[in-house]
Amino acid sequence: MIGEIDPVIINLTVFVLAIFVGYHVVWNVTPALHTPLMSVTNAISGIILVGAMLAAGPAETDWGVWLGAAAVTLAAINVFGGFLVSQRMLEMFKKKEKKGNA
Amino acid sequence: MSANMVALAYLVASVFFILALKGLSSPESARRGNLFGMVGMVIAVATTLTLTQNWSLILGSIALGGIIGAIVAQRVQMTAMPELVAFMHSLVGLAAVFIAIAAVNNPVSFGLPQILPAGSKLELFLGTFIGAMTWSGSVIAFLKLSGRMSGTPIVFTGQHMINLLLAIIMIGFGLWFFFSETTNWTAFIGMTAIAFLLGFLIIVPIGGADMPVVISMLNSYSGWAAAGIGFSLGNPMLIIAGSLVGSSGAILSYIMCKAMNRPFLSVILGGFGSDGGALAADSGVQKTYRSGSAEDAAFLMSNADSVIIVPGYGLAVARAQHAVKELAELLHEKGVNVRFAIHPVAGRMPGHMNVLLAEAEIPYEQVLEMEEINSDFSNTDVVLVLGANDVVNPAANVPGSPIYGMPILDVHKARTVMVVKRSMAVGYAGLDNDLFYMDKTMMIFGDAKKVVEHMVKAL
Repeated sequence: MIGEIDPVIINLTVFVLAIFVGYHVVWNVTPALHTPLMSVTNAISGIILVGAMLAAGPAETDWGVWLGAAAVTLAAINVFGGFLVSQRMLEMFKKKEKKGNA
Repeated sequence: MSANMVALAYLVASVFFILALKGLSSPESARRGNLFGMVGMVIAVATTLTLTQNWSLILGSIALGGIIGAIVAQRVQMTAMPELVAFMHSLVGLAAVFIAIAAVNNPVSFGLPQILPAGSKLELFLGTFIGAMTWSGSVIAFLKLSGRMSGTPIVFTGQHMINLLLAIIMIGFGLWFFFSETTNWTAFIGMTAIAFLLGFLIIVPIGGADMPVVISMLNSYSGWAAAGIGFSLGNPMLIIAGSLVGSSGAILSYIMCKAMNRPFLSVILGGFGSDGGALAADSGVQKTYRSGSAEDAAFLMSNADSVIIVPGYGLAVARAQHAVKELAELLHEKGVNVRFAIHPVAGRMPGHMNVLLAEAEIPYEQVLEMEEINSDFSNTDVVLVLGANDVVNPAANVPGSPIYGMPILDVHKARTVMVVKRSMAVGYAGLDNDLFYMDKTMMIFGDAKKVVEHMVKAL
């Protein structure tokens, strides 16, 4: 049966289930960390890097490849910027006592 | 790598992303969560690399973006987080558009047939459209948040009609694109250009006060843009990560709308929330209020058993976080129970105030959310309101008031209230605040930072 299913339907299944997972996980995020949540999701939406790499990937180099490379750069800013600024913020939420030990 | 191996690696990366979000449920686990996110990203990128040629070009581009990202992350001020986030949303949007154009140009390299079937064209249309709107909308949000553009809503007659008309034309171009036998660049470019214009027109009428909603909404869009491209390319990694981000942004938009008591649709349609506060409309009756000095306030607080500080955005504008931290420490040493009460829209983006207080090294255990602390106001001696207005307005409990139903901090229930404010001007909602005229309220006029510094000195 699985062989007969249109890949679009499989993608749609993945899509809907992922939304439900996201919904439940995000409601559990403490409101105090909503700003880091946003910067972490910024980094995660940098996953578009994967699509950008595919665009920059083909061996025959035409302008599409350059456009892909530009997209790779943009997405990489998101990935690095997002994770690093989240790290910086989350360091601030360390317990005070731990500071001496660290 | 075989297609199955790639799909499995993407699954592992997706699980890491879910763990990254799960980690944010508490400050203790959040740093580990962030690390999981990074691991997930490394797995996803390394896997994708095996599918591509041009490694030097790709790795070079990643390095370039990585360096820029690292520098930005290092330098950004915590007060400027909303701008940074808006800026990053715009990048995702633009990248999505670039990828879609590259896919239309050379579908074979993405594993799509040379002549795109209508289904793929529809998916590309959705990915491009959401990406383009995310980009132009985020650029406007960035300009407004960073003060490069006025936060005043730009409204003109027929605005919604123009948007509707543009949307219809865009769909027309889309249909032309679907039903063309060959790659119809004119239709594709026309559609993309209108999507850019629409993103711009939709955000322009939204005022400064509604920015927390806008920024959450664009967060959501950036996720849907990634998911849309995932559909176009048939890539589950993009679909999963994009949906996680999309639903996260949607939840944040909902929480922000709820906290501001604003229906989501009316935020999107815009026009509310001009930048500054106008003077309160004169109701004819001159209401009296009591004003005092910082020294009086310091004396009252040092003799209290419990003090709750309510910070608003005015505190961040005055950069008074560090002075407030000193104040809290001094009071704590005197045996006063000092806590902070945070309204969900205290900053310019969700959770912004918590970050600003954490940056000033105020322990997060002392910082409480509205639901956690609201029942404690009635047995609190002194509440110090710093640069907040609408979120402590008891009018929210009065049926018929424009802000009726908005969740507020029950500051008016405390024994003594002290409000530090620059003037008697009204807040974003344009409403007079009865809290200021109560017998137990003392107004302290001045810049939040200077007033707090005076209090510290007096202690």
